[in-house]
Amino acid sequence: MLVNQFLLLAAALFCIGVYGVVARRNAVLVLMSIELILNAVNLNLIAFAMRNGSADGHTFALYVIAVAAAEVGVGLALVLLIYRNRRTIALDDLSEMKG
Amino acid sequence: MVAQNVGFAVIALVMLVGALRVVTSRNVVHAALWLVVVLSGAAAQYVLLAAEFVAVTQVLVYVGAVMVLILFGTMLTRSRIGTEGGLNNPRWWLGIPVAGLLMAAMSIALVGGIGDEKMPAGAEPVPTAVVSDQIFGPYLLPFWALSFVLLAAVVGAIVLARKD
Repeated sequence: MLVNQFLLLAAALFCIGVYGVVARRNAVLVLMSIELILNAVNLNLIAFAMRNGSADGHTFALYVIAVAAAEVGVGLALVLLIYRNRRTIALDDLSEMKG
Repeated sequence: MVAQNVGFAVIALVMLVGALRVVTSRNVVHAALWLVVVLSGAAAQYVLLAAEFVAVTQVLVYVGAVMVLILFGTMLTRSRIGTEGGLNNPRWWLGIPVAGLLMAAMSIALVGGIGDEKMPAGAEPVPTAVVSDQIFGPYLLPFWALSFVLLAAVVGAIVLARKD
């Protein structure tokens, strides 16, 4: 197994996630794209842990998973609050703070 | 060795197709189910990379908890389940050059920097005891910080989502 096959897969997942964040308008779909990005990072961490023969990357990946879970919880609570107040979660409709 | 490479190729293909469907699907529930495919594929890659504990955690936390949260979010913010328009921005095509340029830059950096370096052969699965020694040894401070982050997130989510 090459090191690069895992890193290139993670890079492709990261780019697909970035495309999703740019292109999507629905807030829940943007959160899903962010999950893709975080998974790409985790794949990189685990691949480098195997390459270097250490368990540090595993610890970091576990921490990233925990932070991602907290992020999804707070993010969906925010989306729910916005939906309750505005009846929409289209991100380009939320432009009150534009100067 | 060959079996590992074939397994990697099959799982990677499934993950890429799933990821593309997540960002292009016109149905939010279908996008969430494709995301399950990608996350399970990532767990399989972790097993290939000798990270069994992380793979199990990935399945428990992502495929279990996060997906249930996302499906609940979908259910609570939409009146109907099915295909709908308006999921993309009017200028969604701007994402294609952004992602393409990013992919080109990262591919050049990876192919130039790592090249065809091989993974160490015959790597044993990392024992969970080693991971826990890491967490409760040198990385104890981030672990404490993380427990405060989780507590704050739980309290914050309840406060935000509460009807008052």
